[in-house]
Amino acid sequence: MRPGHPPDHPLDDLLRTDRIPSIWCPGCGIGTVFSACLRAIKQSKIDPKKIVMVSGIGCSGRASGYVKLDSFHTTHGRAIPFATGLKLARPDLTVIVFSGDGDLFAIGGNHFIHAARRNVDITVICVNNFNYGMTGGQVAPTTPNMAKTATTVYGNPETPFNLPLLAYASGATYVARWTMLHSRDITESINESLTKTGFSFIEVLVPCPTNYGRRNKEKPLDTLKKYQEKTIIKNAADLTQLDIDHEKGIVLGKFVDIDRPALGESYEKICRSDNME
Amino acid sequence: MKPAINTGEYFITGDVACAEGALAAGCRFFGGYPITPATEIAEHLSVRLPKVGGTFIQMEDEIAAMASVLGASWGGVKSMTATSGPGFSLMMENIGLGICTETPCVVVNVQRVGPSTGLPTQGAQGDMMQARWGSHGHYEIIVLAPSSPQEIFYQTIRAFNLSERYRLPVLIMTDEMVGHMSEKVIIPDPKKIKIISRCRPKGRKNRFKLYEPGPNLVAPMPAAGEGYNIHVTGLTHDTRGYPVINVETQKQMMDRLIGKIRKNLKDIIQTESYRLDDAEIAVVSYGISARTSFAAVDEARKRGIKAGLLRLITIWPFPEDKIMELANRVKGFVTVEINLGQIHQEVQRCIGGKAPAFLVGDAGGSAIPPDRVLEVLKEAF
Amino acid sequence: MKFWRVPLDADEIHVSKGIVYILEDRCKGCGYCIEFCPQQVLEFSSNFNKKGYHLPSVKKPDDCLNCHYCEIVCPEFAIYSVEVTGEGSGARNQEPEKHNETSDKYR
Repeated sequence: MRPGHPPDHPLDDLLRTDRIPSIWCPGCGIGTVFSACLRAIKQSKIDPKKIVMVSGIGCSGRASGYVKLDSFHTTHGRAIPFATGLKLARPDLTVIVFSGDGDLFAIGGNHFIHAARRNVDITVICVNNFNYGMTGGQVAPTTPNMAKTATTVYGNPETPFNLPLLAYASGATYVARWTMLHSRDITESINESLTKTGFSFIEVLVPCPTNYGRRNKEKPLDTLKKYQEKTIIKNAADLTQLDIDHEKGIVLGKFVDIDRPALGESYEKICRSDNME
Repeated sequence: MKPAINTGEYFITGDVACAEGALAAGCRFFGGYPITPATEIAEHLSVRLPKVGGTFIQMEDEIAAMASVLGASWGGVKSMTATSGPGFSLMMENIGLGICTETPCVVVNVQRVGPSTGLPTQGAQGDMMQARWGSHGHYEIIVLAPSSPQEIFYQTIRAFNLSERYRLPVLIMTDEMVGHMSEKVIIPDPKKIKIISRCRPKGRKNRFKLYEPGPNLVAPMPAAGEGYNIHVTGLTHDTRGYPVINVETQKQMMDRLIGKIRKNLKDIIQTESYRLDDAEIAVVSYGISARTSFAAVDEARKRGIKAGLLRLITIWPFPEDKIMELANRVKGFVTVEINLGQIHQEVQRCIGGKAPAFLVGDAGGSAIPPDRVLEVLKEAF
Repeated sequence: MKFWRVPLDADEIHVSKGIVYILEDRCKGCGYCIEFCPQQVLEFSSNFNKKGYHLPSVKKPDDCLNCHYCEIVCPEFAIYSVEVTGEGSGARNQEPEKHNETSDKYR
C-alpha cells in the first residue's frame, strides 16, 4: 500500500496488472470466475510459487495470461495432457486447468475423460458459456437444443452434454457446478479442489453477451436473473438428473467428493517400488 | 534406484539402443503411444524409467503424448516421445507449440511406409520433408538420421544435448530397418558421456525475461514452480513472453527462433565423408540407405569408379555448404533414399546445376540393395 | 440501521461499514455491481471512462456494509470495498493508477 493512495485491489498481487483491462467483453463472466479462482488460491494458503495455471485456446484460455503465476497457454484442447505431463514430472506443483466448454469437451473431450479416469491430481475449471465465443459464437457440445449460434442458424439440432455426469462417469473425484453469481461457492469449491488430491472438476455457467446471448436474444442481466431465480442448489443430487434446462431450472451444487488413489500415488506404489519386478 | 547407464556390450535393436541413449542423456519422462515400429522404445522405457526415478506414461493418443512431453519439459525434466508416420502427423501441432515456446524435447520417428496406414511393419524414409515442414508456419528445426543401433545410442544423446542447448524439439528420423535390426552396441562408462542441460537463469527473478536471448542467442530457461512467474504461450510473443499481436513482434520473434539455429550451423550440422577426397561421384545418403551406399561405393571403387559417400547425420538444417563444395569438384551426384526424391530435391537445389544429380529412390518397404546403386553408378557416369 | 424490533443483542453485534473504490480505467460498464448490490449503494454515473464505458458511482455511501459482493461479481477487478475502521464513511471513484495508462500499449 502506498501512503496517500487508496489501497490496491486485493487481488492485484496475483494479477499481471500491466495487462489489465482484459480482452473479455463487457459483461463476460469469465473474469468473475477467474477472480473467484484467484481468491481460492489465496485462501488455500498454498505457496503461490508452486501453483501453475494451464489453459487452452478460447476466451477462457486467455485467463492464464492475466495471472501472475507460472502459466501456460497451450494448443486448443490440449491443456489437460500438458498439465498431466507437468504434474507427473513435478508432483510438488498444484496444477489448475482453466479453460472453456469447447476447448475441454469438444476437441479436448478425449483428454478430459482419460485424465479423469487416471485421477490425475489436477483441478479443472470449465467456464461454460454454451458456445465457442472467441471465434464468433459457433455451436459447442454444451449448446442447448434449438439454440441459435453462428453455425446453427436454424436452431441447434443436437443436444448438449451433462458435464457433471460425464466427469463422474469418467472417474472424477470432485464434481461441482455453479454460476458466476455464486462466486463464494466457486471460491470454496476451487479451494477444496486445490487442497484435495485427485481429479477435480468445477463447471461454472456464465453469460456470453456478445455471441450466445445476442443470438438467443438474452441480455446478460436476463441471463443473470435466470441464474438467480431458476437455479436450485442440491448438493449430492442425482447426477443423471443434471441436464441443464434453461426453462425449468438448473441444479447447482457439489455433487461428488470422493477419494481414490491418484495417478502419481499409484505409479509410485506400483511401478517405482522395488517389490514389483 | 537402478543405474540409468548400464555400461557394457550388448546385442540389441535400434529401438532399445535409442531408449538406452535417452536414459544416458538424462531423459526422465516419456509420454507416448504404441505404434509399430516404435513401440519397443515405449516398452523398454516403461520398464526402465520408473526404476531410475523417471516417469513413463502411455497417453490416450499421440497428440496427448506430445502435449505431455512439453508439459514435463517445462517442469524441468528432460522428456521425449517416439512414434512413426501416422503418429508423427498427429504430433505436428504440438511440435509447433514446442518450437514457438522454445521447449527442449526429443521426438523419435521410426519411419514406416506411408502415406496413411501404409505398410506398418516395413520401413521407409518418406517423412523427411514432413520432419522439416510438418507443422504450420515457418520455422527452423533440427533433425538427425542415425544409421545403426550404435549410432542411435549416441545420436539420441546428441539430440537431447542439442535440444537443451538450443531450446527446441529435436527430431530423430530413423527407420524400421535400423529400429528393428539387432547389432552390437557398446554403452560406455558414464564419465565418457557428455551431457548438456538447459542454461539456467541468473539474476533477479522479477526482472527475468523469459525469451531474452543469451550470448549464444538462446534464452536461459527456468522451470515451473521456481518463482519466475513465467507465461508461456503459443501466441506470437515478445521477450517477456506476453502475447503481443502485431507484425513487429512477429518479426522479432521469428528473428529469434530462426536466428538461434541459422547462426549456429557449425555446431549443429554433422556429416560423415567416406572416400570423398578424390571422389568423382558423390553419393549422398542417410539412415539405412547409407548402409547400402557404403557397400555400393566400395563395390564401385573395386570397378575403378571413383565414388565416395557423403553421409548426412544432421538432415535439417540441410548441410548446404558440403553439397555446394562438392558440386565444385565432382562430376555428378547420386542420392540414395527410400522415398521418391525428398532429400534429392535439396541436393539438386544446392548443386545449382553445376553437375548432374541422379536419384536411386524407392516407393518404400525394403532397404535398397547396393546393386541398384551400383547400376546407376556404372550407367550414369 | 432501522429495526422493526430491536434484537436482544443489538449492542453486541457490530455492523460493518465499507468504502467502495472504483478503478475507472478497468471498468467496462457491465452494471453487475449496480444490479446486485444488496443495499443498492451504486448507480450508473453520467460520466464515462477513457474507453467510453459508463462507470458506477456510489449513490448511498453510508449504506455500504462491506459485503464485498460488488468486488466478487465484478469481472474486471475494477471495484472493491474496504472495511471502515473507526470513524469515516463515504466512497470515491479512484484516480486512474499510473500503470493503467500504459496498459493500452499491450492491447
